[in-house]
Amino acid sequence: MEIPKTITNTMMKKRFRLSEFLAEKLITATAFISFAFIVLIFVFVFRETLPIFSAPEPAVSLEELGEQETYGDIVLSDAERAAEEKEKTKVAAEEGVTVENLAGDRWQPISGKPKYGLLPLIVGSLKISLISIFFAAPIAILAALFTAAFAPRWAKETLKPAIEILAGFPSVVIGFFALVVLATFVQDIFGLEYRLNAFVGGLALSLAVIPIIYTISEDAISAIPKSLTEASLALGATKWQTALKVILPAATPGIFAAILLGVGRAFGETMIVLMATGNAALLSANPFEPVRTMSATIGAEMAEVVFGETHYNVLFLIGSILFLFTFTLNAIAEIFIRQRLMKKFRGS
Amino acid sequence: MTKKKLLGGFVYGTTAFFAFIIIAAVVIVMTNIVAGGWSSLTKDFLLGSPEEGMTKGGIFPAIVGTFLLVMIMSIAGVPIGTMTAIYLSEYASQKSIFARLIRFAVNTLAGVPAIVFGLFGLGFFIQFIGTRVDGVLYNNGELHWGQPNILWASLTMALLTLPVVIVSVEEAIKTVPRELREASLALGATKWQTIRKVVIPNSITGILTGAILAVSRGAGEVAPILFTGAAYFLPHLPSGLSDQFMELGYHIYIMATQSPDVEATRGIQYATTLVLLILTFTLNFSAIFLRYKLRKRIIT
Repeated sequence: MEIPKTITNTMMKKRFRLSEFLAEKLITATAFISFAFIVLIFVFVFRETLPIFSAPEPAVSLEELGEQETYGDIVLSDAERAAEEKEKTKVAAEEGVTVENLAGDRWQPISGKPKYGLLPLIVGSLKISLISIFFAAPIAILAALFTAAFAPRWAKETLKPAIEILAGFPSVVIGFFALVVLATFVQDIFGLEYRLNAFVGGLALSLAVIPIIYTISEDAISAIPKSLTEASLALGATKWQTALKVILPAATPGIFAAILLGVGRAFGETMIVLMATGNAALLSANPFEPVRTMSATIGAEMAEVVFGETHYNVLFLIGSILFLFTFTLNAIAEIFIRQRLMKKFRGS
Repeated sequence: MTKKKLLGGFVYGTTAFFAFIIIAAVVIVMTNIVAGGWSSLTKDFLLGSPEEGMTKGGIFPAIVGTFLLVMIMSIAGVPIGTMTAIYLSEYASQKSIFARLIRFAVNTLAGVPAIVFGLFGLGFFIQFIGTRVDGVLYNNGELHWGQPNILWASLTMALLTLPVVIVSVEEAIKTVPRELREASLALGATKWQTIRKVVIPNSITGILTGAILAVSRGAGEVAPILFTGAAYFLPHLPSGLSDQFMELGYHIYIMATQSPDVEATRGIQYATTLVLLILTFTLNFSAIFLRYKLRKRIIT
């Protein structure tokens, strides 16, 4: 708001109003909540993973878990707590979660000798994301190009609501559709052994990813100055030449950002993969085998796990990895959307 | 020239085909769910409780649970989101580090996977705050607040939907013409009076849109409530904030994956999915409609 200085000075400087002051402070403080919670998410998701790294980590026995669940540390003083922690560490020093265990290729958290190999889960998440992007990216980007470059009015007005509807589908609905309909369909086509597998999950996931890639690509394409496309058309290029040789290259940074955000969404999505991928922690490259992703592992196992147990901490570790990964992707995407696009068009 | 035309036709055809795929996918999913759920969607189903180990009966507790969830979520989230949007558009100078920090936080919040919100709800609300509240209030090792319940689930969901509210309220506030604010200030109103009497009443549609979109998102997300409060089956409705609750999305997930006889309850699954779909649809369309009205205001 630009009010001339003279006016604001005479009007507002005269007296101090408590209500004004309080309103501004309260609103500013409330605005701070979003930031505070981002910090808290960081702190609290990582905090629960810490016991893993205070090596050698105790494999907590069942009796101890009973104590831990009540969170007795509220009453305990710090010194007492430290002493208790030390003792626990001593008790079961040999059966810890080591880096070796975490880097293993088996995820068997509930067995005599629990194995917390994250490799199959990470590979699973990557596999699913890759499959979903493989389908979603071409569909969404070309559809966005179609809307921007060729589509007649009626087609635009059908596609836009369709995208909004697709974006509005709760993921559990897509997951349900994949589980009940898509899985059978895919199995019949390819004659597969497993109904639920990475391919079905990825395909279903692409339904959730398409709206993101489409929307951001479309934004990037429509952010291109008219002068560019008009110049191309004026030089005698046809519509499709302009689309392929001017619009698409100019929108590349934005489209790249769109794909990154799509990967981030695919990587973090839980319900669809939980319902449609079969959830077996197999380490394989075959897209037609069941797969267990990081997000689905948290979703499926967290409810049954005992608070404070190693398994519980490892699930938080998986959550931290998910968080960091999507955070990084979003940050990179933001840089691409903001800087590259700005530089390219607003002339630097 | 003909080769050029052929290529042009090819490019046009391919892009159009991909656009068509999206529309087809939407139509297929919707038709399938409507066709599968329509016949089971009776009054008894909507107003009855699950019976015989959830193989028969209705989904009334899940509907009530979802309703309560989004209500508590909105009560917590909409005021915070609205005030943050007011701060960003009215008080913050665009260059200040504080404002940029908050914008960064809102963007980040929007990108955090839903399941991570669930972990946060568990680690922060339940394990950190809940157990301490129990320690102070009861101090006998009993769990009241230190366990999953509807309050913690709603607050987790409020956090997840906060960016939705902020973005859409801010968008609405931006459409309030500057002249209105200036007129108000020129008449001697203070900044806060201007915000309260001019800016907020004029962006009420946007606040409403934000709330509706948040509710729609909140009703559709399941991952954050998997372990912060949703229950498999409850014989009674939640009677307080420290009770667990049934929820539509969670009900679909449970019925479709964990129920002992998945095939026998297909009808219930489809009908529940249809109810959830109708709910989110109605909400989304009213939001789109409101936003459309808002946009029209900018032009005229």
